[in-house]
Amino acid sequence: MTTLALQRAEAPVSATSADQPFRTATGGLIDRNRPRDFSFDGRRLTGYHGDTLASALLANGVRLVGRSFKYHRPRGILSAGSEEPNALVELRSGARREPNTRATMAELYEGLEATSQNRWPSLALDALSVNALLSPIFAAGFYYKTFMWPAGLWEKLYEPMIRRAAGLGRAADAPDPDTYDHAHAHCDVLVIGGGPAGLAAALAAGRSGARVILVDEDFATGGRLLAERREIGGVSGAEWAARAVAELESLPEVRILTRTTLFGVYDHGAYGAVERVSDHLAVPAPHAPRQRLWRIVARRAVLAAGAIERPHVFGGNDRPGVMLAGAVRTYLNRYGVLPGRRLAVFTSSDDGWRTAADAIAAGGGLAAVIDTRTSVPPHLRRMAEAAGARVVTGGYVAGAKGHLGLSAIQVVDGYHSTETIACDGLAMANGWNPVVHLDSHLSRRPVWDEAIHAFVPGALPSGMQAAGAAAGRFTLAECLETGARAGAEAATACGFEASAEAVPQTDPESVAHTPLWRAPKPRGKAFVDFQNDVAASDVELAHREGFRAVELLKRYTTLGMATDQGKTSNLAGLSIMAELTGKDIPSVGTTVFRPPFTPVAIGAFAGHHRGKEFRATRHVPSHAWAEENGCVFVETGLWLRPAYFPKAGETDWLDTVVREVETVRTKVGICDVTTLGKIDIQGRDALAFIERVCANPFGTLPVGKARYAVLLREDGFVMDDGTVARLAETHYVMTASTANAARVMQHLEFCRQWLWPELDVQLASISEQWAQYAVAGPRARDTLRRIVDPGFDISNQAFPFLAAAEITVGGGIPARLFRISFSGELAYELAVPAAYGDAAWRALMQAGLPYGITAYGSEALSVMRIEKGHAAGAEINGQTTARDLGLGGMLAKKKDYIGRLMKERPALTDPDRPILAGFRPVDPSDRLRAGAHFLALDAEPSLEADEGVMTSVAYSPSLRSWIGIGLIRRGTERHGERVRAYDPVRGADIEVEICSPVFVDPKEEKLRV
Amino acid sequence: MRIRCPHCGERDNGEFSYLGDAAPRRPDGMEASAQAMHDYVYLRDNPAGTLRELWYHAAGCRSWLVVTRDTRTHAIEAVEPARDVARARSSGEAA
Repeated sequence: MTTLALQRAEAPVSATSADQPFRTATGGLIDRNRPRDFSFDGRRLTGYHGDTLASALLANGVRLVGRSFKYHRPRGILSAGSEEPNALVELRSGARREPNTRATMAELYEGLEATSQNRWPSLALDALSVNALLSPIFAAGFYYKTFMWPAGLWEKLYEPMIRRAAGLGRAADAPDPDTYDHAHAHCDVLVIGGGPAGLAAALAAGRSGARVILVDEDFATGGRLLAERREIGGVSGAEWAARAVAELESLPEVRILTRTTLFGVYDHGAYGAVERVSDHLAVPAPHAPRQRLWRIVARRAVLAAGAIERPHVFGGNDRPGVMLAGAVRTYLNRYGVLPGRRLAVFTSSDDGWRTAADAIAAGGGLAAVIDTRTSVPPHLRRMAEAAGARVVTGGYVAGAKGHLGLSAIQVVDGYHSTETIACDGLAMANGWNPVVHLDSHLSRRPVWDEAIHAFVPGALPSGMQAAGAAAGRFTLAECLETGARAGAEAATACGFEASAEAVPQTDPESVAHTPLWRAPKPRGKAFVDFQNDVAASDVELAHREGFRAVELLKRYTTLGMATDQGKTSNLAGLSIMAELTGKDIPSVGTTVFRPPFTPVAIGAFAGHHRGKEFRATRHVPSHAWAEENGCVFVETGLWLRPAYFPKAGETDWLDTVVREVETVRTKVGICDVTTLGKIDIQGRDALAFIERVCANPFGTLPVGKARYAVLLREDGFVMDDGTVARLAETHYVMTASTANAARVMQHLEFCRQWLWPELDVQLASISEQWAQYAVAGPRARDTLRRIVDPGFDISNQAFPFLAAAEITVGGGIPARLFRISFSGELAYELAVPAAYGDAAWRALMQAGLPYGITAYGSEALSVMRIEKGHAAGAEINGQTTARDLGLGGMLAKKKDYIGRLMKERPALTDPDRPILAGFRPVDPSDRLRAGAHFLALDAEPSLEADEGVMTSVAYSPSLRSWIGIGLIRRGTERHGERVRAYDPVRGADIEVEICSPVFVDPKEEKLRV
Repeated sequence: MRIRCPHCGERDNGEFSYLGDAAPRRPDGMEASAQAMHDYVYLRDNPAGTLRELWYHAAGCRSWLVVTRDTRTHAIEAVEPARDVARARSSGEAA
C-alpha cells in the first residue's frame, strides 16, 4: 500500500480526553482552534469547525443516532456522504426545524441543535422497538396482506397506528422564516463533482478560457482526496486539491459552486442544482437566502460524481458501529476521528486493507481483517498481523452483536468454523458502484461492466461525458487522466483550444476486488435497504411470491424507494434476486433513476414564489383611488379587482353591493373593466378574419359600431364572448373576458398564423395599453359630457346604443368611447391610454358628483349581469354550446367559422339538453345557492332525475329577492313551472319557479334612451 | 427542454405552450364534411419517433412554431415559423 505518512500518523490519539474522546490528537482537515458547541437530544457536545454533525458525534463517542423506519432498530452512521440511509436527524428547532437531515451532510456550526427521530420515549429506550419482535408481520408486502379486514378499521385504527409507528421526522409547524433564491447560469462546460476527476476536468477546460462551472455537494472541494492518504506529484492529495481550487479560482471564466448538489439532468443541456447557501449557519446572513436553486444550461458536461461504496449483507449489518470502509477512512483522515478503538475490517477487495492501514496509522486498534478472498498479498497480511490483528481469509462475517452498538462479530472462516471477535467498529469494503443516477435521468439505463462488477454509464445524454470513478475508472491515476481528457474534449467541442496535460505521478494502488453479494449463512436479519428496513429475507419472500421482475421487486418490498433512492442498496437487492432466479445481474436489470439525486426542499423549488408573491399581481389603473377609498379587492387570475367599495355605516358586504346596484340603476356608477382582454385587429382582411373566428355575422357592421361577439372552439362549444367594434374601414377592436384574455389571444394567433396565413391581418394585445371604465346609469351621459371634449356629440341621436368612436377627453387626450352595456342601463365604456387611467377615473368621479355617482366593483357588476341574464364564466364553462346559453339564434348561417360543423353533432343539438333559464324562489325569503341541482317537485334525488344546475345567483335589489340563472332541460319552454333547487351539500331544498333569465328591463328600453 | 425560436433564439421550454401534431389540416369552407371536421378535431397519430408539432411562444414573440422533435429522445431537428410552413404548404398545393 502507500508509504505516505501524514502528520497525524506520528502523533496517535490522545489517550482519553473527556472532551471528544474519539478525536485523534492531531491531523485531519478540521480547525482545532475553532471549537463548536452543539447539542444532540439535548446533550451538550463539542466539535470543531470543519466537522459534519456525523463526524462530531463520532468524535464524542455517539454511535446510536436514530431508529429505523419500520422495526425501530437502533441505527448509527453508515457513510460519510450524501448516500447516508441511517443517520437522519431533525436539525434546528421551531420554525426552522428540518426533518430527515443527513448527519453526514450537515456542517457543524456553533449552537447546532439536532434531535433523533422516530423513537419514544428516548433513543436508547424505544417502546416501539417491539416492532422488531413482530417483524414477521412487517415483512415485504405487509401493507397488502395485513390489516385488510375489517376494512372499516383501516382509516380509524390501522393507518394511524402504522403512521405513528413507521415514520421519519416532523416538519416544522410554523412558516419557514427563511428565503430561497432562484438563479440561472449558462456555461460551456459543466463539471459535476469536485473530486480528482472533476478538478482535473475543470483545470483542463478552464485553462482553455472556456466558461466552466464546477458544482460539488461538499463544503470542501477535493472529494476522496480529502479522505485518503494519497500523493499526487509529490504532495498530498488534499494539498493538490487545494492548489487546483486556487488555480481555478484565479481563472476569470471559472466558477466553483460548493455546497451545491446537481440533482437533475434535463433535456438539451439543462441541469438543476441546489446550493445550500446558509445551511452551515445557524441563521442566514441578512438578505442572504437559505438555499438557491440553480438552473444551469451547459453546452457540455463532465460527469465526475464519483462512486458509492457497497455494504456487505450479513446478520446485524445495521448495528451502530458497522460502517462503509471508505467512510471509516474519511472519518480517520479528514476529520481526525476514530470510528472505533478496536476496528475490524470485512473486505472483498484490496481497498479494504487501505482502511486497516489507515486505522493503524491513526493509532486506532485493529481487531481483525476478514477477507472473503482466499488469496491476499502477503505484505498486507504482515501489516495487519504486525498490528496484532486477527486475519481471516476465505471467510466472512455472518453476524454482529451488540444491541445499541456493535460489540462483537461472528466470523465464519474458510473451514466453516465460527469464532466471535470483539470489536467496536466494523468497516465493510465490498467494492464501489459508480454514481449512475444522473446520467440515467433521461430514461437511459446503465450497463453492466463485468470487469469491475458494477453498473457503469451506458449511452450518455448528448453532450455529457463521464470521467473517473463515475465512469468505473477507480484508480487515482485514471481519475486524473480521464478527468483531464474529458475536460479538454468538452472545451474543444465548444471551440476552445484545450489539451489534457500529462498526469502527475500518483502513489501505486490496487483496486482488485471480488464482491460477496451476501453472507451465505447470515446470523439474524441481514439488511439490504437500511432506510426502508428491507432485508435479504424480504427479497427471498418477493421471489417466492412471484414478484421477481425488478420493478415488481422494488414496489413489493419498497427496496430503493426511500429518500436515499437505494444508493447503498439497489445492487445488493438485484444480486440476490439474480442468485435466486439463476440469472446474471444485467439480465435482472435495474430500476429507473429519476431526479432529484438527493431530496430537495420544496422551499427551494418555490423560491420567492410564496405567500403574496406566489404569482405576480396585476393592478387595475384605478387601484390607487380604490385603495384610498377603502375598496375590498378580489383576486381574479393575476388581477386584483375592486370587489366593492364599503362606505361608513355599511356593516355587511351585501349592504354595500345593494347600494352600488341601486345607485347605478337610478343615478350613475363607474366600474373599472380594464381587466377585459383587448385585441387590436387591423389589415385589409381584418373583416374576413373576424368572420371566421366569430360565430355571429359581422359583414353588416359599419364603421363606428360595436357588436356582441361569440367565439366557439373548433369542437363546437363556446370559448368566450365579448364585443367587436369597428373603428375604421380596416381597424377593429375585440374584447375578451378577463379569465379568457390570454387564451383568446393565443387562439386568434393560431388562426392567423397557422390556419389562414394568406389573410392580410395583424393582431396586437392592447389590454395593458388602455384603461377602460364602464360608466352606467341614467346619468351616465350627463357625467361623460363633462369630460368629453367639445366637438364630440354623444347625444342619443348622434351616438346611439352600440355606437363606437375615437374621441378626445380632458382637453385632447385620445380616447375611445363604446356605447355598450353589461348592466342593462344606459352605459358607455370609455378607454384612455393606461397612463391617463388614474386621472380619467378621478375626473369621472368628479364629473359624476352632482348626479350622486358611485364607484362599483365586480360584485355589483355580477349582480346586474345576473339580473340581465348575461352568461359569464359560470355559464361559459367549456361544456355549454351557444344554443345552451340562449345564443343559438344569433349564429351565422351563411359563413364558415370555427366550430360551425361540430356544434351540429346530435348530442349538442339534443332538445333535452339543459338550456339557460331564470329562477325565482317561490318563497321570496329563501336564499338560492349556485351549484344546486334541479329536480321535479316529487322526484327522489338521483342522477337520472337531475334536470340541470343553478350556475349563478344574486340578491337582486331590483326584485328584493334572491334570483338565479342556470341550465335546465327544455328551460325556455317551461317558464312558470316549479321545480326544486336541491343542494344536499348545504342542506337546501328550495322550491323555485322557472322564468326568463332577463329579470330587469326585458324590453331593453333603458339602454337605448 | 430548450427550443430555438427562429425569432428569439434558444429559450427555455417554460416560455412555450404545446398544442400537438402539426399534420392535420382544417377542412375550410362551407363544403367541408362533418366527418372530415371530426377527423381534424379528434384524430391524431402518436408516433414513437419524429413528429412535427405545434408550439406557441407565449412568453416570447407570440409566434406559433412547427417543431420537429423525436418523441423518444426529445431531440429537436428543426424549428420553423408555423406561418412559413403553412404558406409553403398552400403554395405547394397551388402549384
